[in-house]
Amino acid sequence: MENFTPISALLGGGLIGLAAVILMGTLGRVAGISGITGGLISFSSSDDKSWRLAFVLGLILVPIILVFVKPDLSVLEFKLTGWPLLISGAIVGWGTQLGNGCTSGHGVCGNARFSARSIVATVTFMIAGFVTVFISKYFGLYL
Amino acid sequence: MKGLISAFVSGGLFGAGLLISQMINPEKVIGFLDIVGDWDPSLAFVMIGALVVTFLGYRFVLNQPSPAFSDRFYMPTAKDIDGALIGGAAFFGIGWGLSGLCPGPAIALSALGGLNVVYFLGGMVGAMFLFRWRKR
Repeated sequence: MENFTPISALLGGGLIGLAAVILMGTLGRVAGISGITGGLISFSSSDDKSWRLAFVLGLILVPIILVFVKPDLSVLEFKLTGWPLLISGAIVGWGTQLGNGCTSGHGVCGNARFSARSIVATVTFMIAGFVTVFISKYFGLYL
Repeated sequence: MKGLISAFVSGGLFGAGLLISQMINPEKVIGFLDIVGDWDPSLAFVMIGALVVTFLGYRFVLNQPSPAFSDRFYMPTAKDIDGALIGGAAFFGIGWGLSGLCPGPAIALSALGGLNVVYFLGGMVGAMFLFRWRKR
């Protein structure tokens, strides 16, 4: 087991859970980032874009503040860059809209309600992730 | 206004959680998905932490007659386990495994992650836009 960080993982996860509970308790919305973003991009003229914008603003601004206070929080290492990364982004974008959720929407919010759709989606994207990493490592795709 | 502040607070806490758990780090995510290699179980613990809090919190919150600053709960209505769900999830998992990023961390990193995040977000937002445009 490499780089295992159980305490910060549990703490960070707890905060994510708290965020989800607050969003549901105040606005009645699922804290699924692909859904929140997709709704922001959507072509329907319903006026529910303001809360989405506020959420995304918090999602972007708070990390900036945190990193200012504790710079090592922004340590990251990309395993893919350039065009392959752009294509991966497109695959994520398409897949999350088609499947109606991602790790937050299905993985956290849906599973917390024991939604059958979310359980199936989560198992599916986990397996897809495991297989993809296995194949990518085998073919030396990563940096 | 209270609703907007709540949304901002929720987004902020979410971003903080992503940062503290290191889910913004592609290497950490791929480390978890590298299940037969140098396995890093951290992501599972992030999920556990999030699920426990959400499960307990939802039990309380969803028992209220309505949300605090909205007239109703907006729960997903789809019930079928269909091709779109499975295909979409599989597709998402592939992109996630390739990049080590998903929508939350990518957006949280938009100002902090440099050019790489811009590439990922460009692809992600572009594809989302295209998908929504086709469905309009």
